[in-house]
Amino acid sequence: MSYNFAARFLLAALTVVLISGCGEMKGPILASNGDDDSGPSDSLVAGGSSFAYPVMNHWTSYYNKETGVQVNYQSLGSSGGIKQFTVKTLDFGATDAPMTEEQLAEAKDDVLHIPVVMGAVAVTYNLPGVKSRLTLSGEVVANIYLGKIKKWNDPAIAALNPSVPLPAADIVTVRRADGSGTTFIFADFLAKSSPEWEKIVGVGNSLDWPADSIGGKGNEGVAARVQQTKNSIGYVELVYALQSKLSTAAIINQAGSAVIPSIATVTAAAAELTTIPEDLRLSITNAPGEKAYPMAGITWIVARTKMDNTSKALAVQAFLTYILSDKSQATADKLNYSKLPPKLLELARSKINKISGIN
Amino acid sequence: MSRKTRIAYGGSAHISRRRLYNAVWLVVMGLCALALIAPLAGILGYLIYKGFSSINIAFFTELPAPVGEPGGGVANAIVGSLMVISMGAIAAIPLGIMTSVYVHEFARGSRLATIIRFVCDMLNATPSIILGIFAYSVVVLSTGQFSAIAGSFALFVMMTPVVVRGTEEILRTVPDSIRAASLALGASRWQTIWKVVLPAARRGITTAACLSLARIGGETAPLLFTALGNDFWNFDPTRATNTLPVQIFKFASSPYPDWHRQAWAAALLLVLGISITNAVARFATRTKTVA
Amino acid sequence: MTPASSEIINVESRTPRVRRFKAVASTILRRNDRIAFSISLGSGLLTIALLAGILYQLIFLSLPAIQRYGLGFLISSEWDPVHKKFGALPFIYGTLVSSAIALLIATPFGIGTALYLTELAPRKLRGIIAFVVDMLAAIPSVVYGLWGIFVLAPFIQESIAPILQKYLGFLPLFQGRCDGVSMLTAGLILAIMVVPFITAIAREVLLTAPGELKAASLALGATEWETIWKVILPYSRVGIGAGVVLALGRALGETMAVTMVIGNMPEISASILRPGHSMAAVIANEFREADSAIYLSVLVEIGLVLFAVALVINLAARLLLWRMRGVAKN
Repeated sequence: MSYNFAARFLLAALTVVLISGCGEMKGPILASNGDDDSGPSDSLVAGGSSFAYPVMNHWTSYYNKETGVQVNYQSLGSSGGIKQFTVKTLDFGATDAPMTEEQLAEAKDDVLHIPVVMGAVAVTYNLPGVKSRLTLSGEVVANIYLGKIKKWNDPAIAALNPSVPLPAADIVTVRRADGSGTTFIFADFLAKSSPEWEKIVGVGNSLDWPADSIGGKGNEGVAARVQQTKNSIGYVELVYALQSKLSTAAIINQAGSAVIPSIATVTAAAAELTTIPEDLRLSITNAPGEKAYPMAGITWIVARTKMDNTSKALAVQAFLTYILSDKSQATADKLNYSKLPPKLLELARSKINKISGIN
Repeated sequence: MSRKTRIAYGGSAHISRRRLYNAVWLVVMGLCALALIAPLAGILGYLIYKGFSSINIAFFTELPAPVGEPGGGVANAIVGSLMVISMGAIAAIPLGIMTSVYVHEFARGSRLATIIRFVCDMLNATPSIILGIFAYSVVVLSTGQFSAIAGSFALFVMMTPVVVRGTEEILRTVPDSIRAASLALGASRWQTIWKVVLPAARRGITTAACLSLARIGGETAPLLFTALGNDFWNFDPTRATNTLPVQIFKFASSPYPDWHRQAWAAALLLVLGISITNAVARFATRTKTVA
Repeated sequence: MTPASSEIINVESRTPRVRRFKAVASTILRRNDRIAFSISLGSGLLTIALLAGILYQLIFLSLPAIQRYGLGFLISSEWDPVHKKFGALPFIYGTLVSSAIALLIATPFGIGTALYLTELAPRKLRGIIAFVVDMLAAIPSVVYGLWGIFVLAPFIQESIAPILQKYLGFLPLFQGRCDGVSMLTAGLILAIMVVPFITAIAREVLLTAPGELKAASLALGATEWETIWKVILPYSRVGIGAGVVLALGRALGETMAVTMVIGNMPEISASILRPGHSMAAVIANEFREADSAIYLSVLVEIGLVLFAVALVINLAARLLLWRMRGVAKN
């Protein structure tokens, strides 16, 4: 190899490296995956709700086996899903709380909320010596978190649990430290049960907690705090409570009956809905019906009506059709999620074809 | 100090107390060294005990299984890691070598060389999570997508200073006499570097490159929001990609015992891979024949 | 060779011989040379551009947060992303405390091991211990974290914490409930991770101590320990100090292992058995999830602070090393 050749070879190699290095610095717009005219794209990137991650993971895995299409769903939390969806690094997001007006404005385009699965919030507690299941009402839980009920043997709790020997201990309240759809559902129900809660605290993914409480990150965090703190009370996603075998309280619903949180009682909560808003951003807390669990919620997929790329739009449509099929909904049931009741399922399906490409 | 060096025994209590002190402290130092074996044995032991049983053919050939289903593997994570690391290395190794050629061959002792060397030390000291932020803002935000390229860019920035300093040290072991000899025979500076210095340092540079690979092979933090993760196969550098360390983190922070088992197995694999790379590096130096 | 060990040997030698060599070399610069020179110069400049790019991006992205929260950001301990109230103190505190615990534990072990390796160990054992130290340095952070949550954290919760609370429970340092994940757990994991750094650097420094000094000390009747304590350690003090400072830099920036075992609670507690948070951990945890521009900007600002601290620490170590070389020359 002559010296000249060697030098030129090295020069060429280095130029490639440097240009690619500089290119990366400036950030070229990478070619979009999937040609606009060649039918549905074979890969999508999605993310959001960590609550829905297991069932989404299950669906995407089987969808890939059946169709060869990759839907890469990453667990980012509902807030993360909405944010990355807004900056368009994700093709669609998933969230346990509907996007707020402010978030919708930030996303600019028309955003669809498509319910895909339901969950619930369970009130969990750690009372050594109390073996039987507690019954609580929305008002009592609100007063506990407002700091108005301070002891476990408060008359208001005792009246709901006449046969339970309640200790005279201080109640330690545990809450989510991060923004979460779980907190949204919890607060939504409390606001409907207690005017005072609505006035002082309100509803949101995260709250200005009125009284002293311990914060835990994620469902695991709250569950761990409750398990390790005597005389504590907290709230976690139902799936998590069932998997971790936590003690959960029965909650008095709108019809006045004490309902144990379970997959069936959550589906029941959405079964007897009379008015459903057109954009499907509905709340199913404090739902009517004898068997309806009052702290139930929905996980939505958020997608754009006008996507930048037609092949992606077709792929999102196809995937949503798959997860809203009767078969996929039945799988959700097996994984401790509650499937959508027929009426809501119909409405959700009717939204799918509103997704389209820009051209 | 040789152990044969003994202090003559003195009869006084003072001397025997000194000898006692001596013995006690020597034992304490030995114990310090031996104490390090405990965490290593603990970690390696657990990796093998918990991970080995989950390693089978499927572990190397299959995608991660969905929640609640047994089996599955980390094949896509292995491929993704190799892709991200090799893309980073392809950029970092030539850049690193050329930089150290500048620092030690062309501009030895110059002010700019000192600055470059200093900059490399600073890059080396930069926490890896910062490189993640850098790659996110430079690559992910500007391209609008998470990608293997973004991940390898972060690793590239991390790897470059390690290669520069490693190579420079090797170049320093090449005696100036052979440079002078080459120049005296009429070779140009570049001919001297390309035909004499670099060949003489080849094994050492291989070692430096391997060590830098081992250093970035287990990095997780810079990949979390660049390569992101992927539950499927991906061979396209412009898409989100699974990597072994990120998959371990995902497995470990899940509430599912089945995934915890796989986390141990994947960790065993990762440690094995890094150890092999380190061993290759060591082997290359051991048979080194510089000048 | 660990990465750390390479950091110490870079003594710039500008001996007359080198200068003579440069004089000869500079006379012969041909066309190929110029090309190669430009390429290598470009590579060097690109390396500088990388560091400048990092600094620029960090400052540029954190500007909104700096403008909005000012310096109060660094001393506020409130962390409520939903209401856009941000304070970095719990993270700065957590990073400092976990690193301090790590160094308190790792320093004696690291120096003890280095002394044993250089001064005492029989040849066979020396190989084994050097291997152990290298392996500890090679294990990735995420694997330490995995081991931390499933093995070390339960062990601390069930065995260490009760003992500490029984005998030292009167100290605020050991009060409160221990959930396993805690400042102490993070400190311990970090200690294991930085011991190899301290050992590697201390060992290099100890090897530079002149043999005549040792021989003289022993000849005067000092015991081996007295020689180490009164002759070798004072001689190597500065260099070992630099090693410890470099290890501190490592510990401060460590991300995955810490976030997996520290508990990720943005609270300041006097007790090291309580969970905490760290600067690197909060970025790793919340960067993808940050749902507003200002939240993201705040996280980048924490990154900027971390970057600055890491660089300052590194500079300090380098100054110590310079001083050591000064001592060695005199």
